[in-house]
Amino acid sequence: MSAAAITCQQLTKRFGERVAVNSLTLTVPKGSIYGFLGPNGSGKSTTIRMLCGLMTPTTGSGTVLGYDVMTQSEEIKQRIGYMSQKFSLYEDLTVEENLDFYAGVYQLGAAERRKRKAELIEMAGLAGREKQLAGSLSGGWKQRLALSCALLHKPELLILDEPTAGVDPVSRRIFWEVIHELAEQGITVLVTTHYMDEAQTCDWIGFIFFGNLLAEGTPQELIGQMGANNLEDVFIELVRREEARQAAEGGAR
Amino acid sequence: MRRFVWGRYWSVVKKEVIQIKRDRPSLAIALVMPLMLLFLFGYAVNTDVNDIRMAVWNQSPSAASRELIDQFVHTKIFQVTASVGGYRELEAMLDDGTADVGLVIGPDYTRQKDRGESAHIQMLVNGSDPNIARTAVSNAQLIVQHQAISLQEKKLEKQGMGELTMPLELETRVLFNPNMESIVFNIPGLIGLIMQNVTMILTAFSLVREKERGTMEQLVVTPIRPLELMLGKITPYVGVGLFSFCLVLFVGTAWFGVPVKGSIGLLVALSVLFLVTTLLLGIFISTVAKTQLQAMQMAFALILPSVLLSGFMFPRDSMPVVIQWLGGLVPLTYFLEILRGIFLKGVGAEALWEEIVGMGAFSLVILAVAIGRFRKKIE
Repeated sequence: MSAAAITCQQLTKRFGERVAVNSLTLTVPKGSIYGFLGPNGSGKSTTIRMLCGLMTPTTGSGTVLGYDVMTQSEEIKQRIGYMSQKFSLYEDLTVEENLDFYAGVYQLGAAERRKRKAELIEMAGLAGREKQLAGSLSGGWKQRLALSCALLHKPELLILDEPTAGVDPVSRRIFWEVIHELAEQGITVLVTTHYMDEAQTCDWIGFIFFGNLLAEGTPQELIGQMGANNLEDVFIELVRREEARQAAEGGAR
Repeated sequence: MRRFVWGRYWSVVKKEVIQIKRDRPSLAIALVMPLMLLFLFGYAVNTDVNDIRMAVWNQSPSAASRELIDQFVHTKIFQVTASVGGYRELEAMLDDGTADVGLVIGPDYTRQKDRGESAHIQMLVNGSDPNIARTAVSNAQLIVQHQAISLQEKKLEKQGMGELTMPLELETRVLFNPNMESIVFNIPGLIGLIMQNVTMILTAFSLVREKERGTMEQLVVTPIRPLELMLGKITPYVGVGLFSFCLVLFVGTAWFGVPVKGSIGLLVALSVLFLVTTLLLGIFISTVAKTQLQAMQMAFALILPSVLLSGFMFPRDSMPVVIQWLGGLVPLTYFLEILRGIFLKGVGAEALWEEIVGMGAFSLVILAVAIGRFRKKIE
């Protein structure tokens, strides 16, 4: 492992009494696709938001691309691309206007802007829809536009929070082809998903539940360790064991 | 990394302009509402008291008593709306509000007057609106006094004393608003009030809307700085507000006939400063509020005190000192002084420098507070 794109040690986030992320320690190697799995409300989004600088960790430490998540979030923001699970571009702007706006925000020069826009419209298959309002695009197109906006400034790290939730299988397939292409170009990808077929194609998997990292490794390693047939069984088995353990603890108290 | 980047600011400006242009209803409200409010308030906010309705009980009909009544009518302040035949009828009219004052001329009036005795007339006044009551009483006194003096003059003339000269006479000259019309005083204030209300609401929604729609989440993961974002959001609205201001200014002078005595250029320049201040106040609301509804409520919570404390309704000089200080925290207070100074007195910047500094300081403070409050975080 040459270097880590993301490292975090004992990263913790509390909302009042509730512990959303509990002492999380993980490493994402550069150039890999890291699949971040876990049930709803397990702390995936909170972890991602801390890494992007959207939330300040309560305790612990972490680095993204070598910058400290506590103190250097603005440096991190210049170098990462982020896509949230909810469509968060301007629905009352056209495809092109959205791209132009983010190109300006990331300070792309005029020539660079033209080049990147053309490349990304081509990559996302949005050609011919430049003048369409973003709000009138269907789910799959919206996601690909959001990805394009997140890639405008050539980020070294791409963070995707459930990018394919509610997207049809064809659009999902296209989306993941793009993600693998990006990884081949050397971009690190941290992605959360509920689709195990997607997780299967990741280089690394981290499994989080109730704010705790329960298992980490390559998909094959995890399947082997658990003696399961596929990732879906690993997922269900991990959730079952953890719930049983918590119930036992609750009973012992 | 920490410096202001014009490119990012300019991207926000362009984005906002496109969004404003697509949001036609909001744009129409921003441009048309000030005009509607000006017409509405221009007629409603009128403290001039005219045509006080007077019911007359004349128990001594004669040329002399009718002459007295005519004196009341000639002033245009009173108008005779009814003739009644007794106290009960008169009081009933005051009770149900069909008359504001009642004039009672006793049965002995003509006889006493002819004999040169002192005659008494009575006026009943509905005092529930002190403004109307005061105007009625002071004018009635003047009219009766005037009538008494002219009677005395005639009497003395008859006795061969020649023309009467007044031992004491007051000559007044009213400056700035010679006819003391309240509209000349109110329209400049109204322009300030309307501009404040309309522009503050425009930006009060701007950041909250991005929070509600989720677009803020994408924006805060970019390297954009709060100052770039806020100034970028305000800039297009300064243009919208200025256009709207000129419209209102034109109607105020052309339709309501309120002249601008001072420099129009100075007026417009200082209005831009005021627009920036209220737009920043709106942005500040936007950083505090979590939803558009909350932003709306907060904007109204600021508008009402500003109407009362700024001196728009009531003169600040007669307020307790503490209330005057509070009024100093309202930017409208400074702008009203500026508007009235330029409109009515025609003064220049040198007479208004305190207000200009006050408003400038206010806008810088509110900008600093808004930036301090705005965190590039989702909590």
